[in-house]
Amino acid sequence: MTRLRSLAGLLLLLGTVFATLLGGTAASPAQAATCAAADPTLPYIVEGTLLNNGETPLKGVQVNLTGNGVDACVLSDENGYFMLTVAKPAKYTVSIETSTLPAGVGVDPADQASQAVDLTVTSDQGVIFPLGKVADTSVSIWAQLADRLFNGLNMGLLLALASIGISLIFGTTGFSNFAHGDMVSLGAMLTWFMTQILGWPILAAGAVAIVAVGASAYLQDAAIWRPLRRRRLGLNQMMIVSIGFSIVFRYLILIFFGGETKDLGSSTEPVAWMAPITTTSTSLIGMGISAVALAGVALFLTKTRIGKATRAVSDNSSLAASTGIDVERIIRIVWILAGLLTGIAGVLWGLRYQANWSTGFDILLLLFAATTLGGLGTSLGTAVGAIIIGLVVETSALVIPTDLTYASALFILILVLLVRPQGILGKKQRLG
Amino acid sequence: MDLIVALQSSFGELITAGTAAFVLCAIGLAIHFGFTGLLNFGQAAFAAVGAYGYAIAALDFKAPLVLSVLFGLLCAVIFAVLLGIPTLRLRADYLAIVTIAAAQVFKFVATSSAITDPSGNVITGGAEGLSEFGGTFYSLNPVPAGEYQVFGNSLTQDQIWVDIVGWLLVVVCALLTYFLTRSPWGRALKGIREDEDAVRSLGKNVYLYKMQALILGGCMAALGGMVFVINSQTVQPTVWGTNFTFTIWTVLLLGGATTVLGPIAGGVVFFTLFAFIQKVLEGLVAIHWMGSLTIPQVGQIRLILVGLALMLLVIFRPQGLFGNKKETLFNG
Repeated sequence: MTRLRSLAGLLLLLGTVFATLLGGTAASPAQAATCAAADPTLPYIVEGTLLNNGETPLKGVQVNLTGNGVDACVLSDENGYFMLTVAKPAKYTVSIETSTLPAGVGVDPADQASQAVDLTVTSDQGVIFPLGKVADTSVSIWAQLADRLFNGLNMGLLLALASIGISLIFGTTGFSNFAHGDMVSLGAMLTWFMTQILGWPILAAGAVAIVAVGASAYLQDAAIWRPLRRRRLGLNQMMIVSIGFSIVFRYLILIFFGGETKDLGSSTEPVAWMAPITTTSTSLIGMGISAVALAGVALFLTKTRIGKATRAVSDNSSLAASTGIDVERIIRIVWILAGLLTGIAGVLWGLRYQANWSTGFDILLLLFAATTLGGLGTSLGTAVGAIIIGLVVETSALVIPTDLTYASALFILILVLLVRPQGILGKKQRLG
Repeated sequence: MDLIVALQSSFGELITAGTAAFVLCAIGLAIHFGFTGLLNFGQAAFAAVGAYGYAIAALDFKAPLVLSVLFGLLCAVIFAVLLGIPTLRLRADYLAIVTIAAAQVFKFVATSSAITDPSGNVITGGAEGLSEFGGTFYSLNPVPAGEYQVFGNSLTQDQIWVDIVGWLLVVVCALLTYFLTRSPWGRALKGIREDEDAVRSLGKNVYLYKMQALILGGCMAALGGMVFVINSQTVQPTVWGTNFTFTIWTVLLLGGATTVLGPIAGGVVFFTLFAFIQKVLEGLVAIHWMGSLTIPQVGQIRLILVGLALMLLVIFRPQGLFGNKKETLFNG
């Protein structure tokens, strides 16, 4: 208990340090100036379009241009378009009047609210203000926390699905697979291809994608890992091989599916009765599917003969073999199961967050943090670890910038290794 | 397509500071992995920490060259200690996991525009990175101004200067590694690689030796990172990804992880082949032999080949081109 408390204290401390580092964002006081339309005869133009989340045009937002003795402003039109003109080439500053933005919409990252433009090199400069939902200070901290915790649970369930595979494979073969995350990308990309390019319904596309990822896992084991186990290749060598394989896997996905971030066409309409928690019907269904899948794995491991054999192999594979368990068969089943679970995670991750060719590799850090926190090789521990990681990553966005939330997983990883390296449910002898 | 020209310009790749930078990182990794058995999957982050440390000292503190380099090395030492403390007492996997995670997080932090100095500038330059920090280095250039022809490539005096310094650093680091690995200290490292418990039973502090090896190899990577960014005059976060780290691994394993000359030979062979394959693939695209593939996709195919090379080397020739098979029984 004291350990947990000191861990929480450390996290809090880290959060405070970050918050102080960042300081407050300076918001300029609202100006009641009336803005005239830009003089179209002037030769130097600054223009842009204000889109919320890159989609919805924002009308009536004030944009200022200052510098070189000029102080002009303009309001965006119904298409979100704005144009400012000046007579002389020079360096100017263009800023968005954040007080004229609709409630809950802000510039993210905040420092992009004011940007330098150099009209000495071009006569027509486009400016992009990244606009999106920001933490609205009018929403109580508890409502925000509730929202973050719910979405953290969602992320945690997805991480659990993907990381149980790592844990099962580690448990039965002792090998940490660094190419595991790429199966998440594969699941998401296949779903994108089938729903958006071939126009299949999502249920059919998702099911085919999950089976395909499961098949790819079987092939990986049959073509690479089983022969290497036969050669008695060292585990450290296998880890390096898995890194090489992950590079091959990732770039093949890139070549086949392209580099853009894919939208899998899930609904973006928030579910009204869940307020203040913002979630979509897709996410809710996804969470239901993840929970059922996780419960299924738990039942499989504890109730079925094969599940019990799997745990026996994880515990001591030579002993299991001597009691007549076919270890290679168990490992094969574990790989297929890991692939299917990771496939589900990939489909749901893509629907929830969008995905690109390197999504799986980007979240590998979270997956390993989850397995380490839960205890490498323990499936139940991994699920618990994954949910904790999901909750922490999401809630950390309240105190640290959103693009650094994954870093909180690294902090947890390092803290766990310092305080309790075997993880929450792990056994000490696994540390070796 | 002219194969001779392709070969010649590939040969020109050999002597560039870019190759020297990778070789420096590979020598550092040889100390980690080849001599001590540490699985460092985040060597790119060590190089990046050194490069950013150097650039920030030169730009923000207006530090002279020597102090900038020392600051970059100091950053690498701190980074090594931070990663080493939680992991070096545990099994090899944990260092691998933590270093690969730390390398990713370092990229996020460097890309983020959240960490600013008091006047509001992003310290790492965010996604655009930092540039124009080589002034203190190039002002020392003794090479007379002009264009120089080397292997059919035309080089400026500044390029010649950074190439010379890069390769001099390679020689210094290789000699240092040569003498260190033949010292009692180096024998202890090899002992740890072969059997940690045996070394511990001799009363040696294994943890401390591993930490020293991690720091020393990390500093060499930091030097490599500095050479890399002084050569390109910009430091951007996207460069220091897993591709950078595992290019270093491929270079090291190609040459032979447990030898001093391995990283150098590996670097020379790797980058000649790398450039040559690019030229050949581009040539094949130009004459429409590669189907619908485009030039950027050729770069991606080249990375797939790197991944394949890494897998095949580890499986079939773990001692590399020049290593001794006896010395490459990976533990674990």
